[in-house]
Amino acid sequence: MHDGHAHPHEAPPEPDGPLSDYQLMEIAVRELLVEKGVLTADEIRQAIEAMDARSPAQGARVVARAWIDPAYKRRLLANGTAACEELGIDMGTVKLVVVENTADAHNVIVCTLCSCYPRALLGLPPDWYKSRAYRARTVREPRAVLREFGTEIPDSVAVRVHDSTADMRYLVLPARPVGTQGWSEEKLAALVTRDSMIGVALPRPA
Amino acid sequence: MSTRFEPGDRVAVRRSYPPGHIRTPHYVRGKVGVVERLCGIFGNPEELAYGRNGLPAQPLYRVRFRQDQVWPGYAGAAGDTIDIEIYEHWLEPA
Repeated sequence: MHDGHAHPHEAPPEPDGPLSDYQLMEIAVRELLVEKGVLTADEIRQAIEAMDARSPAQGARVVARAWIDPAYKRRLLANGTAACEELGIDMGTVKLVVVENTADAHNVIVCTLCSCYPRALLGLPPDWYKSRAYRARTVREPRAVLREFGTEIPDSVAVRVHDSTADMRYLVLPARPVGTQGWSEEKLAALVTRDSMIGVALPRPA
Repeated sequence: MSTRFEPGDRVAVRRSYPPGHIRTPHYVRGKVGVVERLCGIFGNPEELAYGRNGLPAQPLYRVRFRQDQVWPGYAGAAGDTIDIEIYEHWLEPA
């Protein structure tokens, strides 16, 4: 199913194999909730549709605004949630911490305990982010993991890992690519990838 | 609520292994780091996980550790760090 690239994720389960205990539990609870009139099947479908519809576009907007507006960037680094809500992004109860890539430091995000992720800004997390391999190895050997994603950070730049162990969620503010002077926010946002906001990659070059 | 620590304080993570739902990873227990910021005051997840109300709420800090002090034989640069959110009741002055 996966060719030999050394990507730190697990093989997905066979789709037609036996259901795991947790899958059975989910189906049973969902069917009971519908049967007892707590939720309708359509409400469940709509909630899944809303989650699937979110994308990294919101995060990219925030990054592009920070690149263009130094005062916004300061507010973003001081209080990530408030700065996102300034742009009309509903962060709910999420407490966001934004960490900035600089000439001296490169940041990467992981959740070793589960798979905490800023879904309001980035949509659903990729399978590899939720894998045990990524969660175990990124805290222990971040440079090796980054290398497997094609990202080489020189020793002169510190790699800062952020393990979202409790109530905060994290977004990396990538460094603005060179050669983008005078670009519009929209054009800048197109350079900002999901992987650059997790910290396993750099943004697209100009 | 008054908080015990401030950014810049050196703190040690308690070397304790209680049962239950704990959000302090094993890999930093007993390690020394520096408080990077106070994140806020939150209900105690160790209590919330069992349906209790999580009070008294606990201050939560981001603590920064040097990777070469967390992992024996860490194979990266000396400046590499790891930041983790840790509840106040897990920290002691160092």
